[in-house]
Amino acid sequence: MSAGPYVLRVNGNDHEVPDAHLGESLLWVLRERLGLPGSKNACEEGECGSCSVQVDGELVCSCLVLAAAGVGREVTTIEGLAPDGELADVQRAFVEAGAVQCGFCTPGLIMAVDTLLDDLPDDGSDPDDLIVREAISGNLCRCTGYGRILEAVSIAADLRRENRT
Amino acid sequence: MTDVRTEEPRTVQGAPRIGESAPRPDGIPKVNGSFAFSSDLWHDRMLWGGTLRSPHPSARIRSIDIGPAVAVTGIHAVLTSADVPGSPTYGLEHADQPVLASDVVRYEGEPVAIVAADHPDAVRLALDAIVVDYEVTMPLVDPGVAESSDPIHPDGNLIRRIHLRHGDQEVVGDVVVEGTYEVGMQDQAFLGPESGLAVPAEDGGVELFIATQWLHADRDQVAACLGLEPGLVRLTLAGVGGAFGAREDLSLHAHLCLLALHTRRPVKMVYSREESFHGHVHRHPARMWYRHHADRAGNLVRVEARLLLDGGAYASSSGAVIANATCFAAGPYRVPSADIEGVVVRTNNPPCGAMRGFGAVQVCIGHEAQMDRLAAALGMDPVELRLRNVLAPGDRLSTGQVITGTAPVAEVLRSCADHPSAASLPGDPMSLPGGAGRTADPAHVRRGEAIALGFKNLMFSEGFDDSSSAICRLEGGVATVTCACAEVGQGFVTLAQQITREVLGVDEVVLAPAATATMGSAGSTSASRQSWMSGGAVQAACEEVRVRLLARVADDRGVDPDELVLVEGRVVSLSGDFEADLASVTAEAIEAEVEFRHAPTSPLDENGQGDAHVSFAFSAHRAIVDVDRDLGLVKVVELTTSQDVGRLLNPLQAIGQIEGGAAQGVGLAVMEEVLVLDGRIRNASFTDYLVPTALDMPPVEIAALIEQPEPGAPFGAKGIGEPPCISSTAAVVAAIRAATDLDLTHVPVRPTDIALAGA
Repeated sequence: MSAGPYVLRVNGNDHEVPDAHLGESLLWVLRERLGLPGSKNACEEGECGSCSVQVDGELVCSCLVLAAAGVGREVTTIEGLAPDGELADVQRAFVEAGAVQCGFCTPGLIMAVDTLLDDLPDDGSDPDDLIVREAISGNLCRCTGYGRILEAVSIAADLRRENRT
Repeated sequence: MTDVRTEEPRTVQGAPRIGESAPRPDGIPKVNGSFAFSSDLWHDRMLWGGTLRSPHPSARIRSIDIGPAVAVTGIHAVLTSADVPGSPTYGLEHADQPVLASDVVRYEGEPVAIVAADHPDAVRLALDAIVVDYEVTMPLVDPGVAESSDPIHPDGNLIRRIHLRHGDQEVVGDVVVEGTYEVGMQDQAFLGPESGLAVPAEDGGVELFIATQWLHADRDQVAACLGLEPGLVRLTLAGVGGAFGAREDLSLHAHLCLLALHTRRPVKMVYSREESFHGHVHRHPARMWYRHHADRAGNLVRVEARLLLDGGAYASSSGAVIANATCFAAGPYRVPSADIEGVVVRTNNPPCGAMRGFGAVQVCIGHEAQMDRLAAALGMDPVELRLRNVLAPGDRLSTGQVITGTAPVAEVLRSCADHPSAASLPGDPMSLPGGAGRTADPAHVRRGEAIALGFKNLMFSEGFDDSSSAICRLEGGVATVTCACAEVGQGFVTLAQQITREVLGVDEVVLAPAATATMGSAGSTSASRQSWMSGGAVQAACEEVRVRLLARVADDRGVDPDELVLVEGRVVSLSGDFEADLASVTAEAIEAEVEFRHAPTSPLDENGQGDAHVSFAFSAHRAIVDVDRDLGLVKVVELTTSQDVGRLLNPLQAIGQIEGGAAQGVGLAVMEEVLVLDGRIRNASFTDYLVPTALDMPPVEIAALIEQPEPGAPFGAKGIGEPPCISSTAAVVAAIRAATDLDLTHVPVRPTDIALAGA
């Protein structure tokens, strides 16, 4: 069944999606129809988190969400986390901490960490290790063993705190 | 603003050299989503490809009817083995694997037909429409009977047998311990699925953009299957989402090129995760019997072992894997007498081949369990027993080879064992075995601690003619380095820049794409060899440019080249007469191409003896675990490690390799196993094949990185990628044994192995 054209708002821009099959996942539409391949395709069944994006600020696996369900909502992908040519705090932290190796899990993890930092209480304290581990446990990384990623979370938390104060 | 002019800093920020934690040049594109992985490739006119795979582990193909598939709307090609114009088979060591099955299928998931269509849905419909008439046959799934069973392949069921005999074969120890161990099949589980894009070229050739570990070996195999000259098959490295050995063999490479050449259209293919589990080789499952002999003081006298690896349906790199397993079966210890037989056989199970650690992982699980048994039998401390027997420079391996390079084995072991533990007792229930399930009764949780030691060869062995090539071009003060080394995430691109800066004193280093058309082979990104081999090639090419540069300047200035030095990006005369910056003296480019080789090695003789290996790297891990004996659940609390690194080229990247390798080792110890039942994979998904998450991984404490520069290695650096996943598994399993007092001979340790022990 083909849907009429619908409009998805992604990274602050409206994109018309013509001739789409209603069953298409948000991941597919982002990657193959809208030219936004930053969200990755490692398992396509919601286990690895590499396709993570924010829908109205909430972290979702875009492989499990129908694109058409995103109509009227605000979708943020890795491409939209910072203005062109700039890096968001979490992105800077990942580079600085050595949290990137092959990089396939990286966009999804950055979206997960960005969401985590948004949700943490703004009381100046370091995020609890178990809370951080739990928050990123839906994102598989096969290269790093997570050590440098946890370090990146710590750096990013500091950057965000500085930005708030 | 003031108008004060200051001297330009000579060491520019952001241009770190050897020994510094330089940032990855691909770091920013990887964090902002713009880095193009092989699954992100796109071409305006491209078609989508797909593969029909055998549902049976063993069957004869009576017929294939592609008619209904050709009739599917949007289909451009449906190809079978009859459409393969060149060699019908390919392989890394032996060309024994069909590009597409013709008469028989030998494993579940073997490719039978390929299609190209203008939409993935049409691909799926066409694959469903192909009618294959199979005569299902009984699969050979027990490697133990493979040699005595009817051959399932014209090459027979024995892939390789090595019978290593060393020293006095009659000697017997005062104390003898025996054990049998099993290791399950591990998947590399890289995150970026197999994918690529093939584009037909006007000259009748094809361009293939692909994620791989060795462009040139792929090219030669693909060209043979296509019946084309290798020069007409041009591979370019596309972004690689991890590899760990799984990209050493061809997967969709030849299929993509066949479809592109047939349709005269670009074709893209991306495996699903389930398909990926069937589409690449795995770590060999192993059955190992060991008998260790020692004198009463704890000196090893003799090691006997029988190793049986299941190679699955096709040879892949099984011959080299069993060589490693056999050569390193006794571990990094002095063994005056050895009788070790290594056998790898063919079955109808999924093909096995390269995975990080390559044969050394399985035997480390065996030899370290044996050392612990021996320590218990002798009433000795396990660390003390090991220290009494560890290899040192000048010692002989069980292959008869004398270690001529560095071997700080005692230092590695001692530093790891002596490192204070930071592990505290579990407080939060989330930290208990079972984690978020909150299932463990804290009163029943027992803690165990153990240490393991492992080692492995660096680079290819047994007389393999191994080389890498690099081009360095210096123009206008900017260096451009071209090398076909596959960057798979390990960070070679960072090291190539650091090495170039170190030798030439430049700040800006551009890395050209890795491609077969522009460059000779760099060899494989495997065997912990690229820092040494391609690092060595880059270093040598840069050195040659430096020599030519100084000769040019000397000629221009009418001085002796020996009077000139290159310091911090400037050519300086020792007399102090003049100084010129690099940009000005390289307005006209200087370029050098170098092929780099390591010292030659020899094949193993009929007794498994010979100087077969270039160099060795050693590591130790100490594991602390908590075990819920009732439920069989394990929480790995802490890992501590020391490693022999030769020299640290980039500390941050080294830590990344050490932590990441340890995670794969933890996975194999407690959760990772490809379950194969009657030749069929039962858990081909990330829902059912578990890899460690951030909640499963303990902190990895690095006790020491032992820097003893290795002779012959560029800057003295040893490869560091593989040791972290060798001794880590053995240490975790030993710690679980310590916590439970169970033998636990199957790896990974499954909850039932603990909870139902003795039941």
